[in-house]
Amino acid sequence: MKRLYANTHEWVIVEEGKDFVVGISDYAQIALGDIVFVNSPSLGDKVTQGESFGDVESVKAVSDLISPVSGKVVAVNDALLNAPELLNSDPLNTWIMKVSGSVNEAELLDEATYLALDKDH
Amino acid sequence: MSKLIFERSVKNRRGITLPEFDCPEVILDHEYARSSSPRLAQVAEVDVVRHYMELSRYAFGVDNGFYPLGSCTMKYNPKLNETTAALEGFNSIHPTQDPSTVKGAMSLLSNLSTSLCEITGMDGFTLQPSAGAHGEFTGLLLIHAYHSDRKDLKRTKVIVPDSAHGTNPASANMAGYTIINVPSNELGGVDVEALKGVLSDEVAALMLTNPNTLGLFDPNIEEIAALVHKAGGLLYYDGANLNAIMGEVRPGDMGFDVVHLNLHKTFSTPHGGGGPGSGPVGVKKHLMPYLPKGTIIDEHFVENEKTIGRVRSYYGNFLVNVRAYTYILSLGSNGLKEASEMAVLNANYMMSQLKEAFTVAYPGPCMHEFVLSLQDLKDKTGISAKDICKGLLDYKVHPPTMYFPLIVHEALMIEPTETESKETMDEFIKILLELKDKAYSDPDYLKNAPYTTPIKRVDDVLAARHPILKAEM
Repeated sequence: MKRLYANTHEWVIVEEGKDFVVGISDYAQIALGDIVFVNSPSLGDKVTQGESFGDVESVKAVSDLISPVSGKVVAVNDALLNAPELLNSDPLNTWIMKVSGSVNEAELLDEATYLALDKDH
Repeated sequence: MSKLIFERSVKNRRGITLPEFDCPEVILDHEYARSSSPRLAQVAEVDVVRHYMELSRYAFGVDNGFYPLGSCTMKYNPKLNETTAALEGFNSIHPTQDPSTVKGAMSLLSNLSTSLCEITGMDGFTLQPSAGAHGEFTGLLLIHAYHSDRKDLKRTKVIVPDSAHGTNPASANMAGYTIINVPSNELGGVDVEALKGVLSDEVAALMLTNPNTLGLFDPNIEEIAALVHKAGGLLYYDGANLNAIMGEVRPGDMGFDVVHLNLHKTFSTPHGGGGPGSGPVGVKKHLMPYLPKGTIIDEHFVENEKTIGRVRSYYGNFLVNVRAYTYILSLGSNGLKEASEMAVLNANYMMSQLKEAFTVAYPGPCMHEFVLSLQDLKDKTGISAKDICKGLLDYKVHPPTMYFPLIVHEALMIEPTETESKETMDEFIKILLELKDKAYSDPDYLKNAPYTTPIKRVDDVLAARHPILKAEM
């Protein structure tokens, strides 16, 4: 299993033979501030790598969530409906959606590269 | 905090006494008759007056003090506007009157349209839209009608820069378009190379604010316009920031096809909750056939076969248009130009006085507003842009726009407008510097500010996550 990042601050766990698991980075939740609503996709929705699959609303702003993978949404984290703050308290263990499909890894960053980028922000 | 009007209610207390009922009674069909009385507050006239007077004292407007809310142009509303809007010939007429009996009103609307054409460099205006976002939506419907009429049906996308007002993508989405974001370049303008990458025969329009939400004039505007037009798209001008350029440069001359204006920003009509607003839309000749029904040109209603239809009842917020026309006439063309120049001068003065103490997001001369980043202050003291804004409330100043545009961290967006004196701006600058010192000396004090307002620090996270939207009675 490996965790890759998009430069738009979403992460995806890529594991051979398994669905992709998608969430947002620690940097993203810090930049957003207190998250008050997550507009998740619906089961069966099609998502495209590099395009919006939903949005997160914090007390500061509403921001698009950009999908790091392409395919069909096979699971949505319902817990976020009543507890969006999970994305603040534990971003790396709080997934937003699971996707069955494909990924162009060339467009993503590995963890070390992303975290180095994070320091420059 | 004050009680609700319903909490002041006492059974059978009345504000007025009606004479005894002496008309024949008509029983309404049960389909139309309500089964129970409406739950209205039962109060005397004096209770109503005192209640709303008390609430009005909690409100803060530009008549109370400095209101440097960036991107909103909260300029002072001259009271002369109220005098003309109260003239009987304007405020005692009805929109269904025969047009021949309201020629003065028709003439005013026609003259206002002509003035707005002259100011913006467009060919025709509709005064119907009620506010800015309504104007955007109307403008996008016009763009859609234009492409559809040409059977150019592939155009389903609208481009907006990442510094845009949130209403731009929202209006485009409402109008059925898919949004494409283009990033800003390092100078805060549109990244022209990125724009080239997203232009195609599927793009209906590019929506742009110029000067943009960073308070910067995009010097590449002519190249941008040429690129969009070459790809077959149209250019939409968000007029929110027109206050910087009146009499200097015109959107029509920059290559824009559609503009909306906010009369409640640039043309000194009441704003926000004190509205209603007015968001006229101007177009170039090739879009005039699609203007809404009820559009007046040369004092006559235009009959457009290809009209997009009405976008609201009657002719827009008429008395707001009377106020805006009063403003235009009382300033004249030289006065409007001077207003813009003073607005830009004031913003640059404030920026120059604050640039040592705070970080200016995009250095260099600004237009009518500028953006500070308080990220450095937050890193060093833990005090955020929001804490500084809360601190300002105790000085009886309305805070600037915060956390916008989104591309600047811990943003404070300041727009003094032309009506503010040097003394007023100096006072605000002094307060901001004091608050900065306080952030270092006593951060906890600022974290709990404000202390003197009717409602103290609001828990906005709790309010957003678990809003209580209904009072239990």
